[in-house]
Amino acid sequence: MAKKEYAFYPGCSSQAKSSAANYLTSVNTMCDKLDIKLTEIPDWNCCGASIGYAEGGELPRLAINARNFALAEQHLPGKDIVATCAACWLGARETKERLDHTSQLMKETNEALAAAGLNYQGKVEIRHMVEVLIEDLGYDAIKQPVVKSLDGLKIAGYVGCQTNRPFGIVGESFENPKYLDKFIEVLGGEPLEKYEQKVTCCGGALAFSEPEKSQKQIKDIVESALDHKAELIVTPCPLCQANVEVYQSEINRKQGTNFAVPVVYYSQLMAVAYGSTAKEAGLDGQLIRTEALEKIANR
Amino acid sequence: MTNANQQAVARYKNNFLKEVEERVEEGDMVKMCMQCGVCAGSCPLGSAWEHSPQKIFMMIRAGKRDEVLQSDSMWMCTSCYNCIVRCPRQLPITHIMHGLANYAHRLGIAPKGQPTREFAKTFWNNLIKRGRTNELTLTLAHYFANGIGPGIKTALNMQKIGLGMVMAGRLNPMEIFGGHSVKDLKGFHAVLAKAKEIEDRKKGFAA
Repeated sequence: MAKKEYAFYPGCSSQAKSSAANYLTSVNTMCDKLDIKLTEIPDWNCCGASIGYAEGGELPRLAINARNFALAEQHLPGKDIVATCAACWLGARETKERLDHTSQLMKETNEALAAAGLNYQGKVEIRHMVEVLIEDLGYDAIKQPVVKSLDGLKIAGYVGCQTNRPFGIVGESFENPKYLDKFIEVLGGEPLEKYEQKVTCCGGALAFSEPEKSQKQIKDIVESALDHKAELIVTPCPLCQANVEVYQSEINRKQGTNFAVPVVYYSQLMAVAYGSTAKEAGLDGQLIRTEALEKIANR
Repeated sequence: MTNANQQAVARYKNNFLKEVEERVEEGDMVKMCMQCGVCAGSCPLGSAWEHSPQKIFMMIRAGKRDEVLQSDSMWMCTSCYNCIVRCPRQLPITHIMHGLANYAHRLGIAPKGQPTREFAKTFWNNLIKRGRTNELTLTLAHYFANGIGPGIKTALNMQKIGLGMVMAGRLNPMEIFGGHSVKDLKGFHAVLAKAKEIEDRKKGFAA
């Protein structure tokens, strides 16, 4: 039996051939090494993301999240739901909080769920993978499987918004959360503790609708990492990863910069440090290849 | 038969605060604002807001209904939650901004063609179709929202990135034919329809 077991909510972006497919690859590898068993919630649906508010409204958003809760309660009773995507985790936690606190919304949500023969009893807990690593395993357990040190690689820990606010990780501050830096450190890398843009917003969904405004944010995030001589940026959020990696070439095209900083997930750092191949760590999914990590993985 | 907007104006007359409290998500918290301005100074897109959240809260109390609901300010929210965690009165500012934008959108008086309003609509319609987001059709629908010409221009600018995503195994051209889906689509749609019916009844949008 695995050391820890969870009901897994991978989210849309982690599906095969989606924008964070390499996140899932590396999470699976990382969890294997840490003896964490993830069982997917059967037939889960999209959380609505943050941008779902405008057309979706309140109750429809709560109801689709509660559908996932009901399925988890039914098929994976007693197991915490674990999300890897920041927006999935946030959407689900917001839903749980609002339903727990407002009996009227709970009643209406269950009225909606009944249309599909489902019922949510209010029993699930919603966790982010980062919480599982820190709270259920701890930094010592994260360090234990390390077989290849990250060789003092200079890494900017870019936490971003939605794993940090409004809920965040217990014990961390909103303005200067340290957990990514600690991950980097136990894996043998060098965290850039003075990196100023650690919790700056990448623009989120507005990267699509307001590209100029978002790319200004992304430019700050990358530039500050370079100022501190970062060799790569690490993040816990799929949208942060995609936005900060993908738009560097657009910023170069428009502004004549020469950005090419790789942006990876914490789980990719762990997979490499735990001795996995570049492919098992999902490094073949980078748009900006990270030669430094590949070199360590191939060693 | 008057439309939802006219009905709301008739119902609440000059009491816009009451309208917001009753019909906007988390709107009952608006009166807690003490006008300190921390939210205004915390927004990553602050300079793009014609009216900061602080100002919007005061405008609601002052009954400036059209100025608030027709503004594109709330549509600048990136959902970063900076304002929420810094607010000394713990107003759920992000949710109230979302709620105001949603309410204005549903009333049909939000700014026409506002890009985030359009993208949000495209996103929601995309996800409810199959219960999971189809990133390919979402992107294409967004690029071509303003017609074929601008769509082709954006698509050409972005084609290298798109191709890179395909090569990296992070975008699937075959998703044009459908893509990922929940299995119990009928149940998923039934849940959504019921939820929308209840919400519409509560917020004055029932036919």
